Amino acid sequence: MQWETVIGLEVHVQLATHSKIFSGASTAFGAEPNSQACAVDLGLPGVLPVLNEQAVAMAVQFGLAVHADIPEVSVFDRKNYFYPDLPKGYQTSQMYHPIVGPGEVEIALDDDTTKRIRIHHAHLEEDAGKSLHEDFHGMTGIDLNRAGTPLLEIVSEPDMRSAKEAAAYLKAIHSIVTYLGISDGNMAEGSMRCDVNVSVRPKGQEAFGTRAEIKNVNSFRFVEKAIAFEVERQIELIEDGGKVVQETRLFDPERDETRSMRTKEEANDYRYFPCPDLLPVVLDQAYLDHLRSQLPELPAEKRERFQQALGLSAYDASVLSASRDMAEYFEAVHRVCGDAKQAANWVQGELSGALNRENLSIANSPVSANQLGELVQRVLDDTINGKAAKQVFQALWHGEGTSADAIIEAKGLKQVTDTGAIEAMIDQVIADSPAQVAQYCDAEPEKRGKMIGYFVGQVMKASRGTANPQQVNGLLKEKLDALL
Amino acid sequence: MALEDSHVRRAAHLARIAVSDDQASGFVEDLSRILDMVDQLQGVNTDGVAPLAHPLDATQRLRADEVTETNQRDTFQRCAPAVENGLYLVPRVVE
Amino acid sequence: MHDKTLTQLAKALGSGELSSRELTEHYLQRIQQSGAILNSFITVTADQALERADAADQARAKGTASLLTGVPLALKDIFCTQGIKTSCGSRMLDNFDAPYDATVVEKLKTAGTVTLGKTNMDEFAMGSSNENSYYGPVKNPWDLTAVPGGSSGGSAAAVAAGLTPAALGTDTGGSIRQPAAFCGITGLKPTYGRVSRYGMIAYASSLDQAGPMARSAEDCAHLLNVMAGHDVRDSTCVARGVPDYAETLNAPLSGLKIGLPIEYFGEGLDPEVEKAVREAVSVYESLGATVRDVSLPHTHYAIPAYYVIAPAEASSNLSRFDGVRFGYRCDDPSDLIDLYKRSRAEGFGDEVQRRILIGTHTLSEGFFDAYYTKAQKVRRLIRQDFLDAFEDVDVLMGPASPTPAFDLGAKKDPVSMYLQDIYTIAVNLAGIPGISVPAGFAGGRPIGLQILGTHFAEAQLLNVAHQFQQTTDWHLQRPDFAEESA
Repeated sequence: MQWETVIGLEVHVQLATHSKIFSGASTAFGAEPNSQACAVDLGLPGVLPVLNEQAVAMAVQFGLAVHADIPEVSVFDRKNYFYPDLPKGYQTSQMYHPIVGPGEVEIALDDDTTKRIRIHHAHLEEDAGKSLHEDFHGMTGIDLNRAGTPLLEIVSEPDMRSAKEAAAYLKAIHSIVTYLGISDGNMAEGSMRCDVNVSVRPKGQEAFGTRAEIKNVNSFRFVEKAIAFEVERQIELIEDGGKVVQETRLFDPERDETRSMRTKEEANDYRYFPCPDLLPVVLDQAYLDHLRSQLPELPAEKRERFQQALGLSAYDASVLSASRDMAEYFEAVHRVCGDAKQAANWVQGELSGALNRENLSIANSPVSANQLGELVQRVLDDTINGKAAKQVFQALWHGEGTSADAIIEAKGLKQVTDTGAIEAMIDQVIADSPAQVAQYCDAEPEKRGKMIGYFVGQVMKASRGTANPQQVNGLLKEKLDALL
Repeated sequence: MALEDSHVRRAAHLARIAVSDDQASGFVEDLSRILDMVDQLQGVNTDGVAPLAHPLDATQRLRADEVTETNQRDTFQRCAPAVENGLYLVPRVVE
Repeated sequence: MHDKTLTQLAKALGSGELSSRELTEHYLQRIQQSGAILNSFITVTADQALERADAADQARAKGTASLLTGVPLALKDIFCTQGIKTSCGSRMLDNFDAPYDATVVEKLKTAGTVTLGKTNMDEFAMGSSNENSYYGPVKNPWDLTAVPGGSSGGSAAAVAAGLTPAALGTDTGGSIRQPAAFCGITGLKPTYGRVSRYGMIAYASSLDQAGPMARSAEDCAHLLNVMAGHDVRDSTCVARGVPDYAETLNAPLSGLKIGLPIEYFGEGLDPEVEKAVREAVSVYESLGATVRDVSLPHTHYAIPAYYVIAPAEASSNLSRFDGVRFGYRCDDPSDLIDLYKRSRAEGFGDEVQRRILIGTHTLSEGFFDAYYTKAQKVRRLIRQDFLDAFEDVDVLMGPASPTPAFDLGAKKDPVSMYLQDIYTIAVNLAGIPGISVPAGFAGGRPIGLQILGTHFAEAQLLNVAHQFQQTTDWHLQRPDFAEESA
């Protein structure tokens, strides 16, 4: 039987506010345990929440970026359950009236097409603390520094049909939130976390299959792996005559598998009701217009512009617009050198290769966009040839000079275009290579083109790579053919 | 809506309150009487009436995003039943 | 000294006739002598009080004092007080020294008042008789076999017995007004949102409100002047100017339109209470007010609606008492669930557990709409009843309670206890202010007249109450207890 996979994602994004969603405690990562848990975060008797305006603004910016309806009124509800990392015994969240209504995100697929994934809604809520299971005489330690950090939970419709689409969607959300600057998107530190809902159904069937929710899927790669495993598990189960049960499963990145979380005897009943300590949040049109006017150019728009206005391929446009840092770097290189195609090649080629090798993000690149732009410019104006350019790049990377020009000068890499000088080198090479010259002359005319490579190499070597290769090629052909 | 023993036990579990069998029957009796009284609400016609969550028609005020709190861990943990290395201790949580 | 009202004492302090130390020592001595009989205090903070009194006297000498500087007060043990036990009447918080001050406590400190101690109360403010305290019942100083009312029973009894000139209470369904009525003192529940709730341990967040309890409306006006106002820490506290409540106390009442809700004079009302209330209303007529009957048609549904909404909010508000970060933790928990379940079963008393269970049940799947949503709709109708009535009249008057204080142990069944709050509870659902003023006696037990106004009409309520107290002396009557133990 042909199976179809149906996937929906719930992405939790920690918003990059300075203070918590309902208190004035810091949200900085990595502090001493419980040193950033204030009276409100601890849920001490008598404390009350007051909403952070920046958390609201960030949620709305996200909504605007995904073309969502932003309802005039949103309401906070309490989700009631007991857990040691949940100090109040309830999580303040939004169940019935979320701040962001239905919207959509465009994702780029491998075949250079795009697909729209609908967003069901996005709501604001507070993060929980952390349980530390190291041994405290058989006890668990609770750190509540993270408690109260603002989260935006983005819930998609079940619109994805493959693991690749799910990963592309997660990347799209990642690039939107980082473009907007509303989250650092750091999945390793938990700034972005993902729950995946997966089900399968026979191709052509309209009704959805029973879904499993997979928690703890916290990297792009894991999303693909977890889904791949889960899809296979569900299909095998059904084909063996079994039934998928609705349950929560945990992804184990070490074994690349999902496994059932111990299901409690009874289902949870969160008893949502409107939080009486918070009032309805009312957003007027002027506020939305103001935030809309401040939105940066977003990934999809950039991708479109890179293709249409700069003539980049769909692939290049997609790679270069994926992150705001990448796009801004590329645009700066382009601004300096003036050639989009060359700028794109350098950023995706030499630069990305070097960054990957040293596991650096583009924001931490040792070579600035300005430096790279100037380097590309020197290639374009024939000051250096491609080979020398790579040397210059390496020198810039290792901090051996502050600009391409300085390095070209210091290393004497300026391309030799003086015909007389090149001719002198050619004459010398011809004189030093009688055997090769003889071979050349004896060869069939159609094979000579290939054989000329040897002489070009010798001349380039003699020029320490600075001779203009096209020029060398032309002059050599002339001189050798004259010997025939 | 009659209240059954299972309702009380379920509520007690959700609310994390230990209830013995003896207590459970007492609670069923008390809570049934309270809910019988509450059931009078069903006699009110509320068609077209919007629920009222707050007595004033006010809206949420927003706070500037500023860090205003300092580390008061030692003060706060003075009233904690069990702490170690700045962490609150609870019996081992099994994931 | 303890015969004087808070306003008179403030004046005596201002003129130098009295020092705060003398006054504070006097009240501390009275608490020590008779406190145990009434059981009105959970904690007495003698050392801190004397320190504050000396500081107040110094401020007087330096000329930096305000009206209430050096005036002793008591706080219901629901208000967080930094470094001082804040029990909320519960075993759960018997070991809890609050690490911070409630906003109202801060405001009172800034005004220079002296805190004598923390008063007894029904556990987590759940009760109408003060019999639900972990620290034992409070007795009514007018009759030691009677309850003082609840949940602010310790505050009411302490004021009535002359153990403090005034006290703070909180009112979720009548918890200031009913004990004020039972103890023959004046107690004001302000409009929801008038006074900050920050640091006041929550029972039902959309209903709770703090207010003053004292001998006279004038005393309450001075206290409310200090307590009221915006608080950046409480989203539900309104940003609205605070008038000088003392300034308008003497406005004439001619032309005042009084409404008598017919539902407040029906079945179940003690005839002597009705008589006292009607006589009080006739006093107002003699002061130039006009009186007419009005109807609050949904009155009957206030208690049912309240016993959905308040327990629902409480079930959630009280989840934080889990034995992890503060408060009671059971011995030797075998695992996490055991820690939760036993800490809460051992830490909370019966009535608190009942209300948590009711709230948990009514919020749970399959019951939420029938109970909670329905109750919220009825809540809107109840509020609308009041708003409609205030289109026609300025204030509403009626009894604060259907009977005078009942005997200790008289009401065993929770529902019959709940029905005591029939005249006070709708006020919290509507969020309007109400005041109870002494208006007579029945069998030696005080009777309270309740006066209600529209949202933020505290100045008018205090004015109306004060004018009554200029004409009558019910509020100046003291129980023999206060005299004997002097």
